[in-house]
Amino acid sequence: MRVVAERVSKTYADRLGQPVEALRDVSLAVDAEEFVALLGPSGCGKSTFLNIVAGLLRPSAGDVFLEGALRPAQSATAMVFQEFALLPWRTVQANVEFGLEELGVCARERVARARDYIALTGLAGFEAKYPHQLSGGMRQRVGIARALAVDPAVLLMDEPFSALDAQTRQLMQEELLLIWERTRKTILYVTHNIQEAVYLADRVVVLSRRPGRVLATVPVELDRPRVEALLGTPEFAAAVERIWSLIKGEARRALEEAQ
Amino acid sequence: MSTRIPAPDRTRALERRDHPALRVAALVALLVLWELLTRTGRIPALFLPSPLGVINAGVEMARSGELATHVATSLRRIALGFGLGALGGVSVGLVTGFWSVAEAVGNPLIAATFPIPKIALLPLLILWLGIGEASKVAVIMLGVFFPMAINTHTGVRTADPLLIRAAASFGAGRVSLVRKVLLPSALPMIFAGLKLGAGTALLLLVAAEMIAANAGIGFLILHAQNLMETTKLMVGIVLLSLLGVASHWLLVRLERAALPWKTP
Repeated sequence: MRVVAERVSKTYADRLGQPVEALRDVSLAVDAEEFVALLGPSGCGKSTFLNIVAGLLRPSAGDVFLEGALRPAQSATAMVFQEFALLPWRTVQANVEFGLEELGVCARERVARARDYIALTGLAGFEAKYPHQLSGGMRQRVGIARALAVDPAVLLMDEPFSALDAQTRQLMQEELLLIWERTRKTILYVTHNIQEAVYLADRVVVLSRRPGRVLATVPVELDRPRVEALLGTPEFAAAVERIWSLIKGEARRALEEAQ
Repeated sequence: MSTRIPAPDRTRALERRDHPALRVAALVALLVLWELLTRTGRIPALFLPSPLGVINAGVEMARSGELATHVATSLRRIALGFGLGALGGVSVGLVTGFWSVAEAVGNPLIAATFPIPKIALLPLLILWLGIGEASKVAVIMLGVFFPMAINTHTGVRTADPLLIRAAASFGAGRVSLVRKVLLPSALPMIFAGLKLGAGTALLLLVAAEMIAANAGIGFLILHAQNLMETTKLMVGIVLLSLLGVASHWLLVRLERAALPWKTP
């Protein structure tokens, strides 16, 4: 499944009723089985864009299309949230089954499919736990299992690891890559972390500060499968540096603007 | 020349100890003191009967069946009134919580009628429903309805918007949202409302039974006072206290069973 965004703009009213332009003419495409990172400073509208693709927000102008065929009992998109967004009254098993219930999958298949993805995300043995009994990293595994369980054609990830500590984040990034190698989902991954974007993605789409516009699209030509050792290589540093030089000015202006 | 001093200990200000033995001792001491005070004969039993006297009277009333009649009558009234009020309150609170039209219609009505002390409505309810059971049940129902409706409404409205968006992102429709997100979100507030409502229900039960009844714990208390039977009067008061403690205990147990994710 391909994601195509054509000149997407979004203006919303803030609390005082003042119009705020979050996105301006964002056009981009994510190919089938491609891992694209959407990178930008805080408040650049990258989450807004992801919410538009997920159907949770309507664009003020422009369109988003999903191109390709859906299998039965397959969801077009599924989202992984920064703050996990698990239902606290549901166990791990029931949380993972949530999306399947909404797809109308029968109970027996729900249980089986949820179990598969619980195993895939390393949650086996935690089926009966409630979210508050889990660490942050384990909770986000549940978030990922819940999203993967509906077999989404496009997986949307909204800074999924930025609420985790640095060590857990590193481990989760590696696990995500392993899962991606196995499932070959089309992934649109929002982050403000350049290293993360370079480490994970095939392509990095760089957004400007508000209103978000596409500043550049940078292909990441690093071999896969990527492992932790890659982080110390000159090639990795060069790729990060190239993107940082692109957004340094933007970041500095954003910093001064906020003061 | 350097000196060595221990790192400052400031834990005393942060300490808060538990005294389980003292809790029991205080209660027992109060009862013993009361018993001794009445034994001296300085306080007439008409004013303050002794604790043992109250217990004896209670046992006596239980034997004769007098107690069972009053308790059963009161329990029936409170169960009906509390049940109907809670059911109505939760339903109205859910509907006004998730449906903006119902909120626009319902909230001003609730805000306008909520401050009325419900016991003031009893004469009107008697006029409408008669002096029998219906008016007593109705006044308890009204007393429970409002805290339940308001708490449920608040519970639904303060549901985490992130959870609502997450559920919607998986294609949840309105019915699914109410059942799987809003109702569970509101449950802690609903239980807080139930505990609040239980106290109100007891208060209104006694008031209603004192105004117009020929059975029930409230009637028992007022009747005993008329006959200068202070011991029986105290039996009624102890019964109410037990009823209050029991209903709270029951609700706490129910809450634990209904909200397993709240207990670690």
